[in-house]
Amino acid sequence: MASISPAQRALAHAPWSPTAWRDTTFVASGVPLQFAGWAVLCAVWPFWAPVDVTPILLVLAGSCALTLRALRPLTRWQRERCWAMLGLYIPPMPGFDDGPAWRVLRGLRTPEVWRVLRYHLVVGPLLAFGGLAAIGAWAGGAILACSAAFPWVLPASSGLSSAAGPRAIQLAVLSVVGVLLVIAAPWIAAGVRHLDTRAAVALLGPDRAEELERRVEDLAEKRASVVDAADLERRRIERDLHDGAQQRLVSLALNLGLARETLTGVPDEAMQVIVEAHEEAKEALTELRNLIRGLHPAVLEDRGLDAALSGIAARVPLEVRLRVEVEPRAASTVEAVAYFVVSEALTNVAKHAKASAVDVAVLRRGDRLLLTVADDGVGGANPAEGTGLTGLARRVRSVDGTFRITSPAGGPTTVTVELPCAL
Amino acid sequence: MRIVIAEDSVLLRAGLIKLLETSGFEVAAAVGEAEGLLAAVREHRPDAAIVDVRMPPGFTDEGVRAALVMRRETPEVAVLLLSQYVEERYAADLLAAGTTGIGYLLKDRVADVSVFLDALRRVAAGGTALDPEVVSQLLLRRHSDPLDRLTPREKEVLGLMAEGRSNAGIAAALVVSESAVAKHINNIFAKLDLPHAEGDHRRVLAVLRFLDGET
Repeated sequence: MASISPAQRALAHAPWSPTAWRDTTFVASGVPLQFAGWAVLCAVWPFWAPVDVTPILLVLAGSCALTLRALRPLTRWQRERCWAMLGLYIPPMPGFDDGPAWRVLRGLRTPEVWRVLRYHLVVGPLLAFGGLAAIGAWAGGAILACSAAFPWVLPASSGLSSAAGPRAIQLAVLSVVGVLLVIAAPWIAAGVRHLDTRAAVALLGPDRAEELERRVEDLAEKRASVVDAADLERRRIERDLHDGAQQRLVSLALNLGLARETLTGVPDEAMQVIVEAHEEAKEALTELRNLIRGLHPAVLEDRGLDAALSGIAARVPLEVRLRVEVEPRAASTVEAVAYFVVSEALTNVAKHAKASAVDVAVLRRGDRLLLTVADDGVGGANPAEGTGLTGLARRVRSVDGTFRITSPAGGPTTVTVELPCAL
Repeated sequence: MRIVIAEDSVLLRAGLIKLLETSGFEVAAAVGEAEGLLAAVREHRPDAAIVDVRMPPGFTDEGVRAALVMRRETPEVAVLLLSQYVEERYAADLLAAGTTGIGYLLKDRVADVSVFLDALRRVAAGGTALDPEVVSQLLLRRHSDPLDRLTPREKEVLGLMAEGRSNAGIAAALVVSESAVAKHINNIFAKLDLPHAEGDHRRVLAVLRFLDGET
């Protein structure tokens, strides 16, 4: 950022600069609004000032209620003033600006209402005095600056017209003071503007920490829905493949099988083709079945992790000791991730670890799901190299889980995953 | 032999009907969902029902549940379940409800026409037909109790028994003599502490013991 020299700054706030006028109009427009809070609070008293205690209390309560009721429009006007004159956007506060108008009355317990009150009854009025000072500096400065001209402009009968002697010096001094005030006025306005915008952002808009908190909640919710949607999509693809391609392929293999068994008098070459087609159809079925089961096994939905995992454990060509204690069941998306993790980890073990046995444990502890896959293989698995492991870690992170792997050279390898049971 | 088919895929239903009819079976009814299956079975009292596991409305395990109802209501009707994947949990549920006239096969097996028809006849005659995949799942899963005492070969034999094969079938599959199979089977009975009773009954008990190992 280029540094701005003092001369440039002075010029930017010169009385004739757009900045000076913008600040001044902004600050001046604030004055009535900033006094409005007290105006509402005191509106009744000049017209009716009771002397008994009960009416006093009643009027007091009424005034307070009226002031609270005025908070929302006043705040809205203040925000619009900032937006219209400075382009400064102050977002509304969910807890304050929503709902029926009189709900603000019940909002006394919320920090929002107290922050807004602080602006309209304490900070705002103080700033209004600052605004008055800026206006005063402008007006007073302009009048004083012209004082040196009084002797010529004013009629001779007025006391100021004689331009001789000490009076001329006095007028000259006054003029200088006036010019100085006019020069100072934009700075005062700028200062008040600065304080006003800071106060407005801090007191009339959402609290920064609260806003972040809300944003985190919002993002977590969005992510959960994205993960859920991906899971749903996977199930849809599984369903589509199951209802479509798989049935067709079974039917094709059935017909080929029937042809193979029942056709007689077919030339040998033709029969050979049928036999090959039949075998290939069966292989395609096996491949498709494995693919579909990897997407989302139906048994996971019906019977949960234990049933689904014992299915994959049986498909792995090594000894798998499986222990699953997940009661009550976790969210279905989390179950799908857990299933995927174990399935992928077992595939890795079978492919790379040269292991003879693997222990798989899936245990629910409170609202966390703990997964461990420990083999007795050669180790040396590196998450930076294997795409399988990276995919695992990513899928775990997608539901806010943690993924750890220890795999020293020489083994053994242990994958530990922790998942939240609910998204 | 009269059969009721429950399969929601129109294509496959037609294929099965064709297969069965060309092979000399009579298809009494062919339906597309579980409720229809139960009604058809009550009405036609077939020898066997071929049931898809996954059917409307939920597309999960409707077939298994319908089969369990059938086991209760019409135990004389044999049930052959077909599924895109075999899950030992479903198999365990089914076998817990009785081990006669029950089969559970991968849908792919219908492509091996003669093997499939054999399984169907066996089930209809009161036997069992478990898919080799179910059996291997059950075998791999269990590592404790009496089954541990079996040698790998005996486990293999037991697995084939669970598939529903006869001694001759087992001998053919393992390429050994029938007497060797009989010896293995006697060892299995002994190791599983099965009482002496009619041979077939002990067979069923052995398979049951084998399937119970999981719980």
